[in-house]
Amino acid sequence: MVKEIKNLKQFSKSAEKFEGAHLLCPGCAHGMIVREVLNAVDGPVVLGNSTGCLEVSTAVYPYTSWDVPWIHIGFENGSTAVAGAEAMYKALAKKGKYNGQKPKFVAFGGDGATYDIGFQWISGCFERGHDMTYICLDNEVYANTGGQRSGSTPIGASTSTTPAGKVSYGKKERKKDILFVMAAHGSPYVAQVAPNKWKDMNKKIKQAIDTQGPTFINAMSACTTEWRFDSNQTVEVSDLAVDSLVFPLFEIINGTEVKITYRPKNIVPVRDYLGAQGRFKHLFKPENEHIIEQFQKDVDARWEYLQRREEAKV
Amino acid sequence: MASAVELQEIEVWDGNMAASHALRQAQIDVVAAYPITPSTPIVQNYGSFVSNGYVDGEFVMVESEHAAMSACVGAAAAGGRVATATSSQGFALMVEVLYQASGMRLPIVLNLVNRALASPLNIHGDHSDMYLGRDAGWINLCTCNPQEAYDFNLMAFRIAEDMEVRIPTIVNQDGFLSSHTAQNVRPLSDEVAYKFIGDYQSKNSLLDFNKPATYGAQAEEDWHFEHKAQLHSALMHSSRVIEKVFGEFAKLTGRKYNLIETYDIEDAEVAVFALGTTVESARVAAKNARKRGIKAGVATIRSFRPFPYAELGNALKNLKAIAIMDKSLPAGAMGALFNEVGTSLYQVKDSKHPILSNYIYGLGERDLTQVDLENIFKELQENAQAGKLTHPTQQFIGLRGPKLSFC
Ligand SMILES: Cc1ncc(C[n+]2csc(CCOP(=O)(O)OP(=O)(O)O)c2C)c(N)n1
Ligand code: SF4
Repeated sequence: MVKEIKNLKQFSKSAEKFEGAHLLCPGCAHGMIVREVLNAVDGPVVLGNSTGCLEVSTAVYPYTSWDVPWIHIGFENGSTAVAGAEAMYKALAKKGKYNGQKPKFVAFGGDGATYDIGFQWISGCFERGHDMTYICLDNEVYANTGGQRSGSTPIGASTSTTPAGKVSYGKKERKKDILFVMAAHGSPYVAQVAPNKWKDMNKKIKQAIDTQGPTFINAMSACTTEWRFDSNQTVEVSDLAVDSLVFPLFEIINGTEVKITYRPKNIVPVRDYLGAQGRFKHLFKPENEHIIEQFQKDVDARWEYLQRREEAKV
Repeated sequence: MASAVELQEIEVWDGNMAASHALRQAQIDVVAAYPITPSTPIVQNYGSFVSNGYVDGEFVMVESEHAAMSACVGAAAAGGRVATATSSQGFALMVEVLYQASGMRLPIVLNLVNRALASPLNIHGDHSDMYLGRDAGWINLCTCNPQEAYDFNLMAFRIAEDMEVRIPTIVNQDGFLSSHTAQNVRPLSDEVAYKFIGDYQSKNSLLDFNKPATYGAQAEEDWHFEHKAQLHSALMHSSRVIEKVFGEFAKLTGRKYNLIETYDIEDAEVAVFALGTTVESARVAAKNARKRGIKAGVATIRSFRPFPYAELGNALKNLKAIAIMDKSLPAGAMGALFNEVGTSLYQVKDSKHPILSNYIYGLGERDLTQVDLENIFKELQENAQAGKLTHPTQQFIGLRGPKLSFC
């Protein structure tokens, strides 16, 4: 069951399922996203978590920030941990050993846990059709281990394993297009969200959680530490991401139907987004300017593609 | 409600079928599994039980063994009976999650049908895979034939789920020699088997929404040690519960198992110590050796973890010479069993220690023949008479090429 939240005041009042006492960096978007997710669910919920910033910051024995059932196994298998719990729920309900309200099953993983090491497990869960929602906290880097590149890191970002240097402009490869990969599994609902657009996010999370079957949310999670911006700038940087269309907000229904859910009134240039973060600072040197151009071209092409998909309704 | 199966008093089952029926009778809530030779039939038989309405829990065929154990952990944390089966490479892929399962004290039962590890790739039975999980905090039980594969599976649920134990448990059986060899097995009726195992008792379930549980927290230098020590302590003490369950099973079936199983050891001077199907071959060889005037015996253990150091040391301490048979080769070391048995004997106070030798055999299922065992008893006899080791400590049976031995 989902909860109706109409305004920010209501939102701010109901966060007791995830305690503020955690060790996430000030300004970390992970915490905002988790609160938004938990606020959207009214009934019982079981959470799984992969190893990463969220996990290490919220369950440090003998403490826990979680007032809901929560399990962490390893870096790659948060999805399957939740799938196992969901299978147990089904078995016990069938045998009459669980008589309560049907719970929601939700797994969180960072982009490393999702795009890279845990991909096989998520893919397996989606193929088998577990009734669960997988939420990727996409900060485009392995933040917990000190900022190494992941399959989600965009081209040109300086990371600790692809640092910009005398002969390198940082990461060479483009970001993996995870949404279409997940949609190709035939998932009934996949969507991209950003915590600064909280109404859009709230709506999508509700839809994902209330849809029967495996659903997927890719949540942009600005990381003050690895993106290198001041901790009071999280929402501003997030605004730049969605307004520059670097991080477009859209959903894909039943594996094919693309819907754009946010169209910026004024599209800002990609360079404004890049310029706000330390990880792209080196791109503004003359020898690297072509990467900014490349970045802009990629963003334009993808926006064009999304619009065409939406229009064609296929 | 799942339909019952009418079983004969004696069924002709191989070890895999025996294990499958035990799993069926346990009315498991979630089985998550992935096929691999030679444990595949356990999973297939289970699938057919599901398809034909003999099982009403969930059967999750996942995309890998790592996922199988991950799903088992999630399911067990959600508070119900859970089991799986695997071998060799599959078990290797599970190893990370084995530690996580035991650390969370989730009473999962795993059938490990022992098989060699690549490379070279080999599908046949040896014990290499067993040792991958040796230190993972699971109870490890050892069986010699299909009847025991059946019996130990029933007992494994009782042991793992005991409220004092709550430790995941492995039932080992030899690939092919037990898993694919059909023998007479005396099963219990579905009703009696389930009554023996009993209903699952839940503890800290993820589905208990009144008392939300946090599973798999991190604990650094301030708490990690205490967690590991608690698990170790519970594991060391679990032998009491294992023996209690052995006792209750004996009352029910007349089949009595012991932590240490010996054959003709009381007056023996020499003995072979082995695990799995080799124990039965060694008993035949010991009987024949006695006809040749060698006072021969055989010993094995039923729980490799917890390792029964004191009991084993006492059982073997009066022997003059012991051959320890390792069906695996820890590269760069003496056999794993050799090290454990040796430690057991050195724990016996005021004892003249028996002469120990280590035989590496059966890797990738190289044959171990009665002639081989006869020669081992001969060598043991020579050691006993000489009062010292008359040959290198570690020798290899049936290995082609130049003779290999160490120490
Ligand atoms: C099997 C395994 N490999 C590597 C690690 C080390 N590790 C832990 S968290 C992590 C990175 C997490 O990155 P991500 O999933 O993007 O989450 P974030 O910390 O950025 O939120 C790594 C590499 C591990 N715990 N387990
Ligand atoms: S490193 Fe980044 S993702 Fe991790 S807690 Fe800090 S801000 Fe959040």
